[in-house]
Amino acid sequence: MLKILKYSCYDLLRSRWSYVYFAFYLMLGTVLLFLNNDLSKAVITLMNVIIVLVPLIGTIFGVMYYYNSKEFTELLLAQPVKRSSIFLGQYLGVALSLTLSLVVGLGLPFAFYGIFNSAAMSEFTLLLVTGAFLTLIFTALAYNIALSNENKIKGFGYAILLWLFMAVIYDGVFLMSLIAFEEYPLDKFSLIATMANPIDLSRVLILLKLDISALLGYTGAVFQKFFGTNFGIVISSIMLVIWVLVPTYFIYRKAKKKDF
Amino acid sequence: MKINSRHIITLFVLFLHTALLAETIIVCKNCEFTNIQEAVLSAKDFDTILIKKGTYKEINIRIDKPLTLLGENYPVIDGEDKGEIITIYSDNVTIDGLFIINVGTSYTSDFAAIRVVKSENFLIQNVVLEKLFFGIYLEKSNNGRVFHNKIIGDAVEEFNSGNGIQLWYCKNVVVEQNIVQHVRDGIYLEFSDNITIRKNISTNNVRYGLHFMFSNHDLYEDNVFENNGAGVAVMFSKHIKMYNNTFKNNWGTASFGMLLKEINDAEIVGNTFEANTVGINIEGTNRIMYRNNDFIGNGWAMKVRGACYGNHFEKNNFLYNSFDISYNSNINDNIFKSNYWSNYSGYDLDKDGIGDVPYRPVKLFSYIVNRTPEAIILLRSLFIDIIDFSEKVSPVFTPAELMDNQPQMKRISYDSN
Repeated sequence: MLKILKYSCYDLLRSRWSYVYFAFYLMLGTVLLFLNNDLSKAVITLMNVIIVLVPLIGTIFGVMYYYNSKEFTELLLAQPVKRSSIFLGQYLGVALSLTLSLVVGLGLPFAFYGIFNSAAMSEFTLLLVTGAFLTLIFTALAYNIALSNENKIKGFGYAILLWLFMAVIYDGVFLMSLIAFEEYPLDKFSLIATMANPIDLSRVLILLKLDISALLGYTGAVFQKFFGTNFGIVISSIMLVIWVLVPTYFIYRKAKKKDF
Repeated sequence: MKINSRHIITLFVLFLHTALLAETIIVCKNCEFTNIQEAVLSAKDFDTILIKKGTYKEINIRIDKPLTLLGENYPVIDGEDKGEIITIYSDNVTIDGLFIINVGTSYTSDFAAIRVVKSENFLIQNVVLEKLFFGIYLEKSNNGRVFHNKIIGDAVEEFNSGNGIQLWYCKNVVVEQNIVQHVRDGIYLEFSDNITIRKNISTNNVRYGLHFMFSNHDLYEDNVFENNGAGVAVMFSKHIKMYNNTFKNNWGTASFGMLLKEINDAEIVGNTFEANTVGINIEGTNRIMYRNNDFIGNGWAMKVRGACYGNHFEKNNFLYNSFDISYNSNINDNIFKSNYWSNYSGYDLDKDGIGDVPYRPVKLFSYIVNRTPEAIILLRSLFIDIIDFSEKVSPVFTPAELMDNQPQMKRISYDSN
C-alpha cells in the first residue's frame, strides 16, 4: 500500500494541477497578508476561503484522479496486490498531495510573515489542520462516488452536487428548519445538524477558536457549554476524525466487491 | 435682617476662634492616643487627627463632628472582618490617606469601609481599600467629593459581595479619578441626581463597572470600563450625559459594553466601544443622541430591542463589527445619518465624501438570529452571505426605511469636527 501511495503521490506531485493548486494558495496567502497587514484578520478571511474551496477542489480532484488513473488501476489489479491497498493507497496519495499543496502553499507566506511569533499561531495551525481534514473527507467522498459510477459525466455531476449540497443547500435547509420549528428548543438539534456536515463542523471548530465564540454562546445553556469550554473543540475534533474514517471504510468495502 | 459690619466682624471673630482652636491630635503607637476611636472622642470640632504609620485594629469609628482624619504614609486600619470601619455622621469631614482592609461581610447589613450618613461637604481622598464588602457608601449625603481612591476587592460571587462606591439618595457629588476593581458593581448610583463621575477606571468587577438606577441629570465622562462581568448598566434614568468613556473587552456570553433600559433624553457622545459582545443594548430608550462614538470589533455594535423611539445616530464609526445593528421589529422611528460603516460597499461618484447608495445596517441574518437565536450557529456560512446579499438588494424582512442615506466614505475623525 505504501508503495502505491508513493507512486500516486509522486505522480500527482509531478502533475501540473498540483502546481496550479499550490500556486493558488501561495498567491492567496501572500495577497491576503499584503492587503490585510493583520494576521488574525487574514486568518478569518482565509477561513471563509478554505471552508468553501478546499472541499470543492478535494471532490473534483478525487473524482478526476480516479477516472484518469483507471487504466493504471486495472493494470495493478492484475498483479498480486491486495485490492484494499491499491484503492486506499491511491486515495491517500491524492489526499496527501492536495494537503501538501494546501499546507505548504499557505504556510510559506505566513511563515515568512512571522506567524511563528504571533498570537494567531494556534488559530492558523487549526485552520491548516481543518483544511487537511476537509481534503481527506471530501476526497474520500469523491472516491466513493467515482467507485460507484462507471459513467464519468454522472460521477462528476454527483461530485459537484455533493459539494453544492454540503456547502450551500445544507445550510439553507438547516436554516429553514430552524425557522420552521422556532417554537421548539433547538439548541441540541442545531448542534447535531452542525456535526452532520463536515463543512459546518470545520466552520464551527474555527469559530470556536476565534473570539467570536462568545457570540455563539449567547443563546442558551447548551450552546454555552459547547462553545464556552473545551468540550466543543474536543467533540468537533472527534467528529472530524469520524468523518474521515467512515468514508474511507466505505472505499475499502466497495473496492473489495467491485467488478472491473 | 440687615447685614452690617458688626455681623461680619462677629462672623470673622467666630471663624478665627474656631480656626485658632483647631488642634492637631496625633495618633501613633507611643503617643497619648494609640487608638483612633479615642482620638475622635476627645477631639473638638474642626480638629485634625494625624494618624502615623502603623496598624490599627479598629471597627465602628464613629465621626459625629467636623474633623479631618489624615493618614501619614498610609496607616493601616484593619477591621479583621468584624464589621463597618468608619461611619461619618457630621458635615465637613475629610478623610485622607488611609489604608483600610478587612471589612466585615454580612448578609443582613451592608458594612462599608467608609460610610457617610446624611452629611454635607465631605471629602474622601487618597484612600486605599482592600478586602472589602462595601467600599465607600454615601447615604443621603450631598455636596461631597470622592477623589483619587483605590478600591481593590476580592469578589467572586454577586450575592456575597458589595459595591465599590455606592451613592444612595445623594446630590451634587463628584466621584473623580478612582480606581475600582474586583467588587460587585464598581460604582453604583441609586436615586442620586446631579452626580459627576469623571476619569475613573472600573475594571474586572463581578457585575457592572457602573450601575445607574433611578438617577437623573448625571454626567459621566472620561471613564474607562474594562473587562467587567456585564459592562455598564444605565436604567430608569433621565437626562444622563455620557461623554468620552471607553467600554472595552466586556466579552462573555451575557456581557455588553453598555445596557440602556428606560432611558430618556440622554446624550452619548465621543465614547469608544471596543471588543464587547454587544456594544450597546437598548430597550425602551427615547430621544437619545448618539454622536461621534466608535464601535470597534464588537459582536453586535447595537442591539435595539423594543420601544426605542426618536433616537438619533449621527457621525459614529462602525468598524468591523460582526453585526452593526440588530433590530427585532420592522418599524423604525430612529434616524441614522452620516455614519461611517466599514461594511459599506457603495460608491461615491460625485466625490463629496458621501456614499451615493444608502447603507442598510440591519442584515437579514441579524433579523433571523433575533427570531431564532440558534441560527447563530450558521454565522459566516456561505449560504448566509448569499441571503444577506439578496436581502441587501431588495429588502423584504428588514425595515425598509432603516437606512443611512448619507454613509460616509471615510472614517470620521472627530478632531476636525
